[in-house]
Amino acid sequence: MRLLIVEDDPVLSDGLSVGLGLSGFTADPVGTLADARAALRDSDFAAMVLDVMLPDGMGTTLLAEMRASGNTMPVLLLTARDRVRDRIEGLDAGADDYLGKPFDLDELAARLRAMMRRDQGRASALLHWNGVDLDPAALTATRDGVALRLSRREFAILHALIENPGRILSRGQLEERLYGWQEDVESNTVEVHVHHLRAKLGREMIQTVRGVGYRAAGAT
Amino acid sequence: MSIRLRLFLILTLATSAIWLSAALWINGSTRAQVERVLDARLAEAANMVSSLISDQRIAVAGGPPATISMPADPDYSRQLSCQIWSLRGDLVGASSGAPGAQLAVEEGFSTTMIDGVPWRVYAVHNDALGVRVMVGDRMQVRDRLVSGVVAGLLWPLAVIFPALAVLIWISVGRGLAPLAQLEAALRARNPDDLQPLPDTRDPREIRPVRRALNSLFGRLDQVRRTERDFTAFAAHELKTPLAGLRMQAQIAQRATDPATRDRALAAIATSVDRSDRMVRQLLDLAAIDHEATPAENLDPATLLAEIAQGADMQAVGARVHLLTRAEDAPVLHAPRVLIQSALRNLVENAIQHSPCGGTVTVTASTRSGGLRFTVTDQGQGIAPEDHARVTERFWRGTRTSAQGSGLGLSITAAAVTRMGGSLHFGQARKGQSIWIDLPSGPSAP
Repeated sequence: MRLLIVEDDPVLSDGLSVGLGLSGFTADPVGTLADARAALRDSDFAAMVLDVMLPDGMGTTLLAEMRASGNTMPVLLLTARDRVRDRIEGLDAGADDYLGKPFDLDELAARLRAMMRRDQGRASALLHWNGVDLDPAALTATRDGVALRLSRREFAILHALIENPGRILSRGQLEERLYGWQEDVESNTVEVHVHHLRAKLGREMIQTVRGVGYRAAGAT
Repeated sequence: MSIRLRLFLILTLATSAIWLSAALWINGSTRAQVERVLDARLAEAANMVSSLISDQRIAVAGGPPATISMPADPDYSRQLSCQIWSLRGDLVGASSGAPGAQLAVEEGFSTTMIDGVPWRVYAVHNDALGVRVMVGDRMQVRDRLVSGVVAGLLWPLAVIFPALAVLIWISVGRGLAPLAQLEAALRARNPDDLQPLPDTRDPREIRPVRRALNSLFGRLDQVRRTERDFTAFAAHELKTPLAGLRMQAQIAQRATDPATRDRALAAIATSVDRSDRMVRQLLDLAAIDHEATPAENLDPATLLAEIAQGADMQAVGARVHLLTRAEDAPVLHAPRVLIQSALRNLVENAIQHSPCGGTVTVTASTRSGGLRFTVTDQGQGIAPEDHARVTERFWRGTRTSAQGSGLGLSITAAAVTRMGGSLHFGQARKGQSIWIDLPSGPSAP
């Protein structure tokens, strides 16, 4: 799942990218509000981690702009001052969640997953589909109780497809979920991962819609 | 004394004074008027008596003095007295109630004391009959007349005066109402409320007060906002590296490949160094803001050598040459901690913004009336539009990466201000030049 990280401190920003990467996210870091605006314009993100204080302004300003323009992307605010008033201000500005610095990597990842789950209108942390159980927190999947051995990328593609069963995702959309800006996208890599997934799950589970993309077959 | 009482006293005293002088004036003019009218009447009466004697209507013969009936005038009949004296000095006639003594010696108007009572008398000679006719009245009568007029004026005033005083008291209160409103508005304020007072339709006299108060509120608000911003920024600047440390520590713990772990550990080391510098700068700032340190005599050359030594590690690490030059600069009289903080932060800043292989030059030179320290680097320089902002605490230039704390130049600026000097930004031929002008101050022998 692709995240936009807006944080100007290089060490923390790097830590967020790498740490959230270890937790199964794809994180794109930017350091300023201007870069964040550009990124939001150009790409699609599942959620955003936003620092309150940035060199060119307040994160809450960007948040208010997004909400005013109807962008409902889940946003988690990072802030140095974790007082009640600060939290209220942040949440009122349109944040979905709030973490005071310093914070725990696992807590951040859990909050991000919860935020995105709420965004998709789901209550359960686990995804169920045609006998496949997916646990986004543990990055594990089972089929009929038997653990599936999936690579990180295969997991991400399966996760994206069964989040909205029946919805067609283009190759480009899947690539966006898989890779951040710093990673080179190899050509036909999505096809390769889908091929592997089909080998593990069965051909009929992932359907190819010719000229459009892929979708997860059948109902949940 | 309250303004109300003061105004009340001023107004009532002024009113009383005006009334008093008016009364004195009326008294004087009434007296003059009364004198003129009554004198004319005396003369008229004397001439009338004289002509009556000439017409033989009043018999003036020897023997006992004749009784003269005076012209009938209801008000003054009893008050006028008439005497007719022969030129030899015998009283030949008198009105009833006239005193026995001779009323006047001279002809015309005169004032005589008879039995201790002053009289106003008009005397006329009747040469044909050889008599003198004298008509007089008591001065008391005149005084009574005048004081009657004045009293008639003063009594109503005396009655009106308390009413007037009450009116003045109430009016002054009403007149001071805007002041009372201002006071009430101030009293009703929350101590934290530093909003300007609402721009109501004040009287002209209140407006400057309100403006002065609003400007004071504005300055206080600015100070408080700066302090609040400072805490907010300090919290952010101190906690962000902590968050980075924790993040990187967790990565190092769970990273499976050595490369990721080493990278995280290196990031931790960097973060610790930066936090250390930040804490040191915050302590510097606190020392500059609040500590009183005595001034001492400092040799600029030694000072530069110390600064160069302190910045050596950083310079070597950044591959920047650091040159110092003290051109027969005079001895500086300043607190050591201030000048050291100012120079150290300038130099660190210059090294940080220097390109690899660049040169940072620090010079001390004489300037009329003082000393100038100049730090020149070969970096990108500070954008001219940022000159005003670079000395703000925690402000980082738009051209820089997020390396610095945003405190360096604000420490320099604060220290320079404490030393009574000034900080200037200039364009070097290739890079940025910043200099500090300091007064040499009183140097001990």
